[in-house]
Amino acid sequence: MNLIELIQHKIKKPENRMAYHTFFQAIHIDVVLFFSIILLVLFGLVILDSAANENLSILEKQMLHMSVALFVMFLFAQITPSTYQRWSPWIYLAGVIFLIAVQIAGHINKGGQRWLNLGLFHFQPSEVMKLAIPMLLAWYFHRIHLPITTRSLVIASLLISIPAFLTAKQPDLGTAILLIAAGGSVLLFAGLSWRLVLGFGTLLTVSAPILWHFLHEYQRQRVLTFLNPGRDPLDSGYHIIQSKIAIGSGGFFGKGWLNGTQSHLHFLPEHTTDFIFAVCGEEFGLVGSVILITLFMAIVLRGFYIAINAQDTYTRLLAGSISLTFFMSFFINIGMVTGILPVVGLPLPLVSYGGSSMLTIMVSFGILMSIQTHRKLLTT
Amino acid sequence: MQRKRIAIKNHLEEIRLINNRVIVALAIIGCLIILLLARLFYLQLIQHDVYTTLSKKNWLDLVPVEPTRGLIYDRNGILLADNIPVFSLDVIPYKIQNLPQTLINIQKIIPLSETELTQFHKQLKEHRRFEEIPLKLRLTETDLARFAENQYRFPGVIVKARPIRFYPYGQTLTPVLGYMGRINTQELNEIDPANYSASNYIGKLGIEKYYEEELHGKVGYQQVENDASGEATRVLSQIRPTPGEALHLTVDINLQRIAEQALENHRGAVIAIQPSTGQILAMVSAPSYDPNLFVAGISNEAYQLLQKSPDRPLYNRAIRGLYPLASTIKPYIALQALNTHTASIDSTVFDPGWYRLRNSSRVFHDKKHDGHGMVNLPRAVTVSCDTYFYDLANKLGIKQIDNVLTQFGFGELTGIDVNDELPGIVASPEWKRRFKGVSWYPGDTLSSGIGQGFMQATPLQLAVAISTMANRGIRFAPYFLLSEQQPGQPLSTQSPVSLNPVVLSDHNAWDTIIHAMQNVVSSPEGTAYRRFGQNFSYTVAGKTGTAQVYSIRQNANGEQQNREDNQIPERLRDHSLFVAFAPVDHPKIAIAVIVENSTLAVNVARKVLDYYLGTQPA
Repeated sequence: MNLIELIQHKIKKPENRMAYHTFFQAIHIDVVLFFSIILLVLFGLVILDSAANENLSILEKQMLHMSVALFVMFLFAQITPSTYQRWSPWIYLAGVIFLIAVQIAGHINKGGQRWLNLGLFHFQPSEVMKLAIPMLLAWYFHRIHLPITTRSLVIASLLISIPAFLTAKQPDLGTAILLIAAGGSVLLFAGLSWRLVLGFGTLLTVSAPILWHFLHEYQRQRVLTFLNPGRDPLDSGYHIIQSKIAIGSGGFFGKGWLNGTQSHLHFLPEHTTDFIFAVCGEEFGLVGSVILITLFMAIVLRGFYIAINAQDTYTRLLAGSISLTFFMSFFINIGMVTGILPVVGLPLPLVSYGGSSMLTIMVSFGILMSIQTHRKLLTT
Repeated sequence: MQRKRIAIKNHLEEIRLINNRVIVALAIIGCLIILLLARLFYLQLIQHDVYTTLSKKNWLDLVPVEPTRGLIYDRNGILLADNIPVFSLDVIPYKIQNLPQTLINIQKIIPLSETELTQFHKQLKEHRRFEEIPLKLRLTETDLARFAENQYRFPGVIVKARPIRFYPYGQTLTPVLGYMGRINTQELNEIDPANYSASNYIGKLGIEKYYEEELHGKVGYQQVENDASGEATRVLSQIRPTPGEALHLTVDINLQRIAEQALENHRGAVIAIQPSTGQILAMVSAPSYDPNLFVAGISNEAYQLLQKSPDRPLYNRAIRGLYPLASTIKPYIALQALNTHTASIDSTVFDPGWYRLRNSSRVFHDKKHDGHGMVNLPRAVTVSCDTYFYDLANKLGIKQIDNVLTQFGFGELTGIDVNDELPGIVASPEWKRRFKGVSWYPGDTLSSGIGQGFMQATPLQLAVAISTMANRGIRFAPYFLLSEQQPGQPLSTQSPVSLNPVVLSDHNAWDTIIHAMQNVVSSPEGTAYRRFGQNFSYTVAGKTGTAQVYSIRQNANGEQQNREDNQIPERLRDHSLFVAFAPVDHPKIAIAVIVENSTLAVNVARKVLDYYLGTQPA
């Protein structure tokens, strides 16, 4: 009995025990992941309802986004991992072509362009790339032998850099960094040597503050504005102060739903989007914050569980990368809102108001479910 | 086969590798989550109090509420100072995109003066962007109507009603009430900033200033919820302001108006006092000015006009005007002569029309060129014989003259309950040496004897002194505040304040002098006989005076000239004085009148006495 059979045997047992699993299994829904998502989304809607108090249409739109995104997740869960694997290079290629197309369209329109309007959702090629890059890299590392060689590292780096560069040129450096992170996470799971990981990490953490120190104030402001073009340089301190006041004044149990003075009296900026975690902290206190983080972590841990139990290198790398990227996106947001990370304009996934990033995340969850639920069929 | 085996081996190796990496990733994630939870623990539990305070500071605000200023009434309950709503055009800067353009557009509808714009720009710098700043105070009906039509074009510009002081009797009461104006920088340092946090105005002069504390009341507070733009979204709780006290004054507005009219547009002052209490019944200083101008904020041009006017309307003659006592000094000197036995009723002096000191060539003339002949003391008062009083002054000496004047309250503040009164001058050799740098000459004593020397008194002091005369020596400090009333409380009446009385060794001396003063009015040779006229239904005692205008006396070089008044330019004519009280036995009113460059004083007094005693129940 090889290792695969051993692991599969272990998994088989609990699934057979519960009858409802077979139903969800049949429609390719992973129960744990699904209910974690539903709980998080519902909690998110409760927070958003308070944050967008005077604007009911925001809540309605968000519910619509959510429903559509959940349906899309369901659709993507039906597609087999081998199909994803087969399509990976083509999706990547199509994404890059779209990125170039948007670039050209932007030139024609004389302005930064990131999306094509598809009615309810804006179609952003860079959003597609968030998944296309891990898929392609997983596909690539599945084909060659691991661990990573110098040659494969160079090729992989190139595959990450092209779309990252195109996205950065839009200009959307925030998303470009996320693309690099998504690709990097695949490299990490694919066994990029620790020396390189550590070396690169140390270089980054050591050089960044030193570089920052040598910059002039206006250069720093330029860098910050470049990272988040929408931000007002004068308000950079204000955002984080008000966000800390909101969270800190929430205390253990919070001020109560709809009773947050920071958000309801507009002291908290961007309280429906990037800073929505502060609304949760203010109204539901430490208890609410911990519950929210627990829900996020339930999804992340389930993702890693799926990765560990996946059958081949492609699905393992893809599931691992999706989970780690999801962790990074919510960790960076909460870290930023609580003041342990610099303010970069990233939303809190599934909770912040907005459609396109939610769609990408739900698609990635659909892929996770596909990886988990198609596994059994392949083995029997 | 070989290849496949390698592939399987690699496959297992890959699983191990990836699983290891997942475990490492989970460990890192675990650390990061602990970091995050620690951060939340720090913010929400350890630093909770700090952030709660900061949060409250954000949204809780105490807004001061201005108390209603106390009203002022006359002695009969007639309203003298009211609070009326006026409409002002206010600007909330943060709500306006293009302020300069908005101002230009407003000017097309409502004219704005240069002063208003300057004031506005000054206040713009001093206030926060979400506070309302008045652009134009006192909108007219037309302004209101025009703005109402165009209001939709001006978001952030509002019409606001605020209470403002209004004096229904205008200039008539300015010498008494003073006026209110915007708090200036100097006053800002003197007031309690908390109590005035909602107030823009403060009493500047007169009763409004003296009783500022009583009139102002206590500031109230509203606890309001603010949003991020600083706008109050709702009131959470409030402490109501305590309105100011209502003041009832001793002044009789009708008497005040009669006195003002009686002056017939001459410069001068009239003060009427109730001798039995010291209550001031009327206090006129003419010309006066409209206090309502100052409440709204007087324009620079209008103020310059008032300040530069040769009639000096801003100068309160009643309490600050310094005039020679002139012949009104004579009853006091006569009284002192009787009291010190320097002269008796029967002491006579022959008046040839002049007086000369021994060993001196300087001749002091009597007003009556050919003299009064043989004059005794009462007659000297009645006919105002200068020669008699030159002699008497010489006998008494300046010390005794100063002594009696001081006893009657000259040379010091009367203690009236308005600010800025002047003490006048009771001249002495020490005074002359100190202020003029020269020694006292015997001639100075003689001049003092007819009230023409260095002695100076305010009309108020003249009135207080004649009131003391009417009381036969019993003195009261003059005052305006009859009673005050705290909101919801009964009236609390002020009692008169007694001063050291003038005590004579022979009480009959009072009657002697008062009788002589009665003759001033009722004897055909009395100096007021002709001007006071006949047919009055009361008894009255008085004394006239003629204050020579300084320049004339200089030119005359001490020589009296026989002058025809109508040949002299108006402003160089003598001032006329008249002090009187009535009825003689139980005086109800004492009055001092001074009319600059005119002989009208006696006529004014007659009108005032007629009105007051005619309306008073017998």
